[in-house]
Formats: sequence, C-alpha cells, structure tokens
Amino acid sequence: MEKSLQEVENEVVDEFSMFDGWLDKYEYLIELGKALKDYPEDKKTEDRLIKGCQSRVWLDCSIDGGKIFLNADSDAIITKGIISLLIKIYSGRTPQEILSSDFSVVDRIGLKENLSPTRANGLVSMIATIREIASENL
Amino acid sequence: MDVKELRSLFPALGRKVYGKPLVYFDNAATAQRPQSVIDEWTRISVESNANIHRAVHLLSEEATEAYEAARESVRMFINAPDRSNIVFTSGTTASVNLVAFSFGEAFVSEGDEVIVSECEHHSDIVPWQMMCQRKNAVLKVLPTDDTGHLKTGLLDSLITDKTRIVCVTHISNVLGLVNPVKDIVRISHLRNVPVLIDGAQGIVHTKVDVQDVDCDFYVFSGHKIYAAPGTGVLYGKRQYLEKMPPYMGGGEMVGTVRFSGTTYAPVPLKFEAGTQNFAGAATIRPALELASQISDDRELDRYSCSVRDFLLDSIMSEARIRLYGVPDDRDEKIPLFSFSVDGVHHEDLALILDKMGVAVRSGQMCAEPLMDRFGVTGMLRVSLAPYNTMEEAVYFMECLHKAISMLG
Repeated sequence: MEKSLQEVENEVVDEFSMFDGWLDKYEYLIELGKALKDYPEDKKTEDRLIKGCQSRVWLDCSIDGGKIFLNADSDAIITKGIISLLIKIYSGRTPQEILSSDFSVVDRIGLKENLSPTRANGLVSMIATIREIASENL
Repeated sequence: MDVKELRSLFPALGRKVYGKPLVYFDNAATAQRPQSVIDEWTRISVESNANIHRAVHLLSEEATEAYEAARESVRMFINAPDRSNIVFTSGTTASVNLVAFSFGEAFVSEGDEVIVSECEHHSDIVPWQMMCQRKNAVLKVLPTDDTGHLKTGLLDSLITDKTRIVCVTHISNVLGLVNPVKDIVRISHLRNVPVLIDGAQGIVHTKVDVQDVDCDFYVFSGHKIYAAPGTGVLYGKRQYLEKMPPYMGGGEMVGTVRFSGTTYAPVPLKFEAGTQNFAGAATIRPALELASQISDDRELDRYSCSVRDFLLDSIMSEARIRLYGVPDDRDEKIPLFSFSVDGVHHEDLALILDKMGVAVRSGQMCAEPLMDRFGVTGMLRVSLAPYNTMEEAVYFMECLHKAISMLG
C-alpha cells in the first residue's frame, strides 16, 4: 500500500535525525539539491517565480486525476535540497492529503531559519502557494 | 587600548553560536553594544524614567538632561556649530524621510529635480521617489563605474537650474568606498544646490566634520555606532531647518496650539513630535564617547587597517571571487567587502558560514538598483568593526574556502 503523507513526513524527519552536526545535514541537502530532477528552462517564467531577498524559487504545479503534481527549482542549492524534500512529501497527493499536513516538517528537521520571515522568502511563499492550490482544488 | 581590551567592553562578543565562538561580521547592519550603552539605558529606565521637555519634577529634569547631553555629544562628534542643528530621529531612514518630506514641502515644485547616486541604499532612494511623485518632480541618478566609484565628474552636467537637492551616501553599505563628499558638496554649492549626505556607514568609519565638509544635511543611525536601536540623527543647517515645515505634529513640538491655528517650537524641537525615545537617545552619549576613544587610538587604527588589508588581499587574490567596490587606494576602503563567488549562491554560503559561527549578510543589502548595476541577484557581505580580530579574519577565510568546496 502507498505510504501516507504523514508516513513520508516522518521518514524525512527520521532521516535527518541521523545527522549529528549541521554541516552533515547541509552536505545531505546539497546532495539532494544536486539530484533534484531537471526543471525545464522554459518554465522559469515570471509568473512561476517567487522572488526573494535571498534565493529565487520557481514553482510549477499541475493537476492530474485529482492529484497535485509539483515541480520546482531554485538558484540556491540548499533551498533546492529542501524543495526536493517538499516535492517528495507533497507532490502526487490529493488536496485533502496536502491540507491534512501542518507543514511543520521543515521546522522538525531543524531548518527553521530557512523559513525565517525575511522579505519574500522563497520557501515560505512556496509552502503558502502549495496550500493555496490545495484549497482551491478541494 | 588593544583589541582584546576593546572586545571586553562588548558583552555580546563573548557569545557562542552552535557551540562555536561568535564571529560577528555583520556590523554594517548593526553594531554590538558596549556595556556603557547598556548601563545608560538601564540607568535612565531605573532611575530617571520620565517624559522629557514637559514636567517640572526631578525625574523629568534628569531624563531631559540626559537627552540634551546626548544632543551635545552629537554636536561635538560631528563638529556642528550649535545644538539646534541636531534633530533626534529613529534612525537614518527616518532622518531621510523627514528631509524628503519637509524640504520637499518648502523647496520643491512641479518639474524640479532631485539627484541621488546609483550606490544609495533604499532609504536614500525611496523617500525621494515618494516626494518626487507627490510634487511631480524628477529623480535623476549619478552613476557609478565598474569598480564602484561614483562618476563625480558627471555631477556638474547633471545639475540644472531645476535641481533642488543632491543626496549621496558618504560610504555605500555595499561598496565600502569612501565617496568624495567634499568635492560633491563643492560642485553642488557652486550651482547653489544643497547636499544631503547619508552617513549611516560614514559616521562609523570616518571622522566627520560637517562644517569642514560644508554639507547641508548629514544623517545617521545610532545603532550602527554602538548606541541603542531606534535612535538616529539629522544634522541640518539652520537656514534650511527653519524654513522647513514640521514632518509630524503633536507633543512638545509646538509654540501655542489653538483650534484656530498652531505655532511651532524652534528647531530642533519642531521636528521632534510626540514622546521621544529618550532612553535610547541618552545612550548616544556613551556610544560616541567610545567611538571617539576608538578613532583617536592609533594602535587600534593600525590594527584594524591590518585586518582590512589582510581581507582585501585574500579576497582579491581569489580567482573565483568577484569583489564589488575595488579601491584605487586601500585607504578609501572601509573593512566592508561585498562579493560573489563563481557558481555558488550567496544564500548557501551565508547559511553554511552561520553554522561555522560566522555571521555575515547575504542578499540584496537593501540596494536593489546596485544589484542590477552589477547584474547579480545578491551578494555576500562581510563588514567588520574595530573589535574584530585578525584571528577572526583568518578563520573566516578558512570557513569561506570550506563552504565553497562543500558547494562545489
């Protein structure tokens, strides 16, 4: 049986609890970021761009068979690593499943500072956009 | 005084982050506070907490005295002719907004022009844009060259009969180069145009003498020069301050108030509406006392120059690093370095450096036009204070290399 969204969230949290130090955690995120599947250049458009004071994030959403599919990219590799985690958890889920999450996973793996309310933080906006799309497609 | 003694005056510098000693290299954003500043804030709050300039009781008198003593210390620090030239505000941004509004009301009409430089931060751009929109005036820009130097030679041709004010930063918070403000004032005055200097960084790294520079306005924040946050200064020549209408109304900024009309208090009180940040403002006095002591100390000066030179040489010798604000001569550079690393994002570097205990700034540094000028979405910036050490600078370079190799 397919794993529930919460099960995948817990898996991600477990994965990160194995790292002792910050730098190991970042090494892993950098690897994930590099391994994230290519985001098509022609979809790096203004309307898909979430501008930030720090990194930029492009988010492309599509809906197929009642499920929301996410594809995203960033110019910063650590943010890209976190994006890869978000895609793993939230892509291919129904709006109901997405909205059943409290989105605390980034905080739980100790990356809260990546969600700090600096001006137009790309990741914060990405999470808000995923929620919005889920609510609109309920 | 040596750097160790200086550091011992700043309790925050003893802090550990992620189990490592803090290396605080974000001083251009805000400086750490010495114990004397913390003590003065506490003293006012514990002993003399009363509203200033209004009551006759002892506490109010003491608080007023501390506030006015701070004004006198600012006067001395920048060599202003009189205390009435010094207006307290909440910071550089508030000071620029005050001038943009009130100067605009008094002196700017439709079709007039305001000149700002390309290396201004948002606080010296947006208030002028807002004023220009309100007045249907035109904002013109004095450009910088590829090394980050202002093209001062173009200023004279940019000034027209319609130019009402020139606004330029003393030292850009991105480029860290001391601009030739005295020349800019001279050129502008020959055409009868007043000059505002944004001294947010300049007040920290140069000796400012407003009468020698002959600028018409000089603005800065308290928190970048060791005082409490939420404090700031506007120096202005009386000839302008007196003709400028108040920015905000209320409190003790009045002469008499009747429903038929109000007269205003003389400068500077005319511009200090409402209850002032008197506990914060009082800390400007011990902050500037320390700043004077530091700038008069030749041993500290030699030391901080050697740290600056080490970082400048280290950064310039890296093929992968592009430095913005390249000095012709070392002494025009303050210990502030904004740069980018080929193929590596500034945010990634800042996140990793943070985990190594090094606090730096990354992003657009509140200066988007300058980011566009150099074709980048952001930069990494390290900015040092006199309390930073050579050991910290060496450690930073090691961390930077490690972070770059992690990021590939």
